Amino acid sequence: MKTRHLVPLLVFAALAVLLGMGLDLNPRIVPSPLVGNSAPEFSLPRLEDPARRFERSDLLGRVSLLNVWATWCVGCRDEHPLLVDLARSGTVSIFGINYKDQYRPALDWLRRYGNPYVTSGYDAEGLAGIDFGVYGLPETFVIDPQGNIVYKHVGPLDPAVLEEHILPIVRSFEGASG
Amino acid sequence: MSPELGHFALALAFCVSLVQAAAPFASGGGAERRLGIARAGARVQFLLVALSYAALTHAFVTHDFSVAYVASNSNLELPLFYRISAVWGAHEGSMLLWVLILAGWSCAVSASGAPLPAHFQARVLGLLGALSAGFHLFLLWTSNPFERLLPAALNGRDLNPLLQDPGMAFHPPMLYLGYVGLAVPFCFACAALLDGRLDAKWTRWTRPWTTMSWTFLTAGIALGSWWAYNELGWGGWWFWDPVENASFIPWLVATALLHSLAVSEHRAAFKSWTVLLAIFGFSASLLGAFLVRSGVLVSVHAFATDPQRGVYILAFLGVVVGGALTLYAARAGRIRDGGAFEYLSRETLLLVNNVLLVVVAAAITLGTLYPLAYQALGWGTLSIGPPWFNLMFAPFMLLLALLAGIGPHTRWRSDTLGPLARRLRPAAVATLLLGLLVLFLLSARTLGVGLALLIAAWVAASTLQNFRQRLRAGSRMALHRLPRGFLGMTLAHLGVAAFIVGATLTSAVSTERDVRLAPGESHEVAGYRFEFLDVHEVPGPNYEARRALIDVRRNGERVALLAPEKRVYRSDGQAMTEAAVDAGVTRDLYVALGEPLGGGAWALRIHHKPFVRWIWGGAALMALGGILAVTDRRYRRRRRAERRTPAGEAAPALR
Repeated sequence: MKTRHLVPLLVFAALAVLLGMGLDLNPRIVPSPLVGNSAPEFSLPRLEDPARRFERSDLLGRVSLLNVWATWCVGCRDEHPLLVDLARSGTVSIFGINYKDQYRPALDWLRRYGNPYVTSGYDAEGLAGIDFGVYGLPETFVIDPQGNIVYKHVGPLDPAVLEEHILPIVRSFEGASG
Repeated sequence: MSPELGHFALALAFCVSLVQAAAPFASGGGAERRLGIARAGARVQFLLVALSYAALTHAFVTHDFSVAYVASNSNLELPLFYRISAVWGAHEGSMLLWVLILAGWSCAVSASGAPLPAHFQARVLGLLGALSAGFHLFLLWTSNPFERLLPAALNGRDLNPLLQDPGMAFHPPMLYLGYVGLAVPFCFACAALLDGRLDAKWTRWTRPWTTMSWTFLTAGIALGSWWAYNELGWGGWWFWDPVENASFIPWLVATALLHSLAVSEHRAAFKSWTVLLAIFGFSASLLGAFLVRSGVLVSVHAFATDPQRGVYILAFLGVVVGGALTLYAARAGRIRDGGAFEYLSRETLLLVNNVLLVVVAAAITLGTLYPLAYQALGWGTLSIGPPWFNLMFAPFMLLLALLAGIGPHTRWRSDTLGPLARRLRPAAVATLLLGLLVLFLLSARTLGVGLALLIAAWVAASTLQNFRQRLRAGSRMALHRLPRGFLGMTLAHLGVAAFIVGATLTSAVSTERDVRLAPGESHEVAGYRFEFLDVHEVPGPNYEARRALIDVRRNGERVALLAPEKRVYRSDGQAMTEAAVDAGVTRDLYVALGEPLGGGAWALRIHHKPFVRWIWGGAALMALGGILAVTDRRYRRRRRAERRTPAGEAAPALR
């Protein structure tokens, strides 16, 4: 065996180590410009009672989750039971934005799978969604009592994300207020 | 029911691929018998994967939204054509297509391998089977396309509108045929290394398979570029996006392999280098798959990220590439390179060709991975832009093209400068005249553009001259009796010339205007008057479109009536720009509809792109050249000859 014939293998090994390190990095953690800033103003008809409005001021005074969902979103269905459980446990109030959806099916959906939301804003044109920088459903924002976005999660929630990222934030605010 | 059938067929295919992989390396039984098992395995495996693929297609066609993959990538309103192409619209299905194509190549090798010794062919099939098994496991374990969604969704989320374009529908299958096809030379190389015997026969068997994969890759990349041009609305045709690079790196390596195989076949030189290139080719495909599917890089094309998948592909990459390179390190010392050659010879020129191609491939790999390395080393994030890639690409490629004009005129083994220069003189004169004429016509003043055009003219002139000489030398030979391999090379090199002309002129003398036009207003670009007539609503099958009508006139005469669209897809409200193009041999007129600006006015992007068609035309010529070369008579003749003398030396008269 000549050493020069080993060169390709060594180069490849170095490359593989680099790629392995790359796996641990997440290029998608692009810090959202909204995190750390005040949640945008919005005013939407409530899904369950369109005569009333759901507005930014409804979020103030306590820490809350704002979950953007739709009936056409497969990932939303995935995370839904988790949200229902979370709401039932009473840990945190969950608000919804029903994004680019149809009115009837959205109501049916909540009736069928349970409604974890204090209320859901009906955002048929996706205008509030644009203000929140929504680009892939589902998305969940953690909003502090002063109306600032403190955390954003893109994609379906799972118990790990909830336990490691979202609930610690929620608890930290409960400690502060109580 | 059919999704479970598909899933089951896939699981069975995995088992069969294990048999296909193991049988050739088992002890006991004759070589013929082991080959028989491997052959049957390859065919049964292909049928099973085809059945699985058909089941997924069926789920798409019948709107079976109880399959999660269908629910995420289809919609009740999606037209049939795109429901069929949606099968490869996302990670799981495209991986299934990948596996289907790999099984197809296996099957093709099993059907065509008559001139190969039985134990060798069995090993090639075994290695292909092992690769299949790895991909099957990947699908079944991390990316099952038949995952159920219960209760079923009422409607699907729809195929990404970006993918709803004919160019995109055909581009991935072509590309995968190329990527996966490189597995065949890879397995030939590994089987030859296992044998420890690398004679000229090895290169002859490998060559048509490499040419085929290269042809598919060429066509696939060209289709992808054409898609980006039409669909992204920026009028660009190449973006140096990491995923584009992932397809381009294997192409460069395959191009190098194609040329080094020519040397190994004719002159028995560079054999160990050729083997290494064959390993690199498929490794580059796998690296591309890793980059696209693991989520380590951000790109418009990247599939949804899942760390588990990344870990699997990386481990697989480690086993396959690491294993092959270990084998190479252990056995390459035994390869005897024959065929000494002088400094001035066709071998030398092809060696330089290989060095240039591999350097460019390495540079592009480096540029693609550098941001990743930068982040991994904790230096922050950065991205490498097109200027860097252009700098790495253009000068090397021009040098390569310059040599492509000389190479075919040189003699094998040894040549002398004087006669070579004399042979090249007519082409040089023609180039100068042609170049001066072009420069005069286009009044292009920058040095780079002039040089690139001169080199393109040089490639074309010397290629045509070579062609004429061959035609004259064989006076009894009519055109159709020239070897197809030679005709293929001629076409491919002319394609290179056309590509250089297109790429150079498009980037140097395009005009691009962003204008605001209200109905009745007009704007002039490069001598064409674009009048904005009106905008009206046009319903599409699964989108609402607003279509503008733009009257294009030159000197008062109508040239074209362009109708660019702005589409809003109903399923997710995504807006897409459908550019309108008036294609021509010497120029494209390209209009994309931007945003409404109020008062009936719209933002319009108008491009005048001279010679942009030549880019894809050049690629088409290259692919056509590949097809001609694969159908060369000598492959068929040899097959017959070798069948008569199975173990003996191959017939000498192959040229």
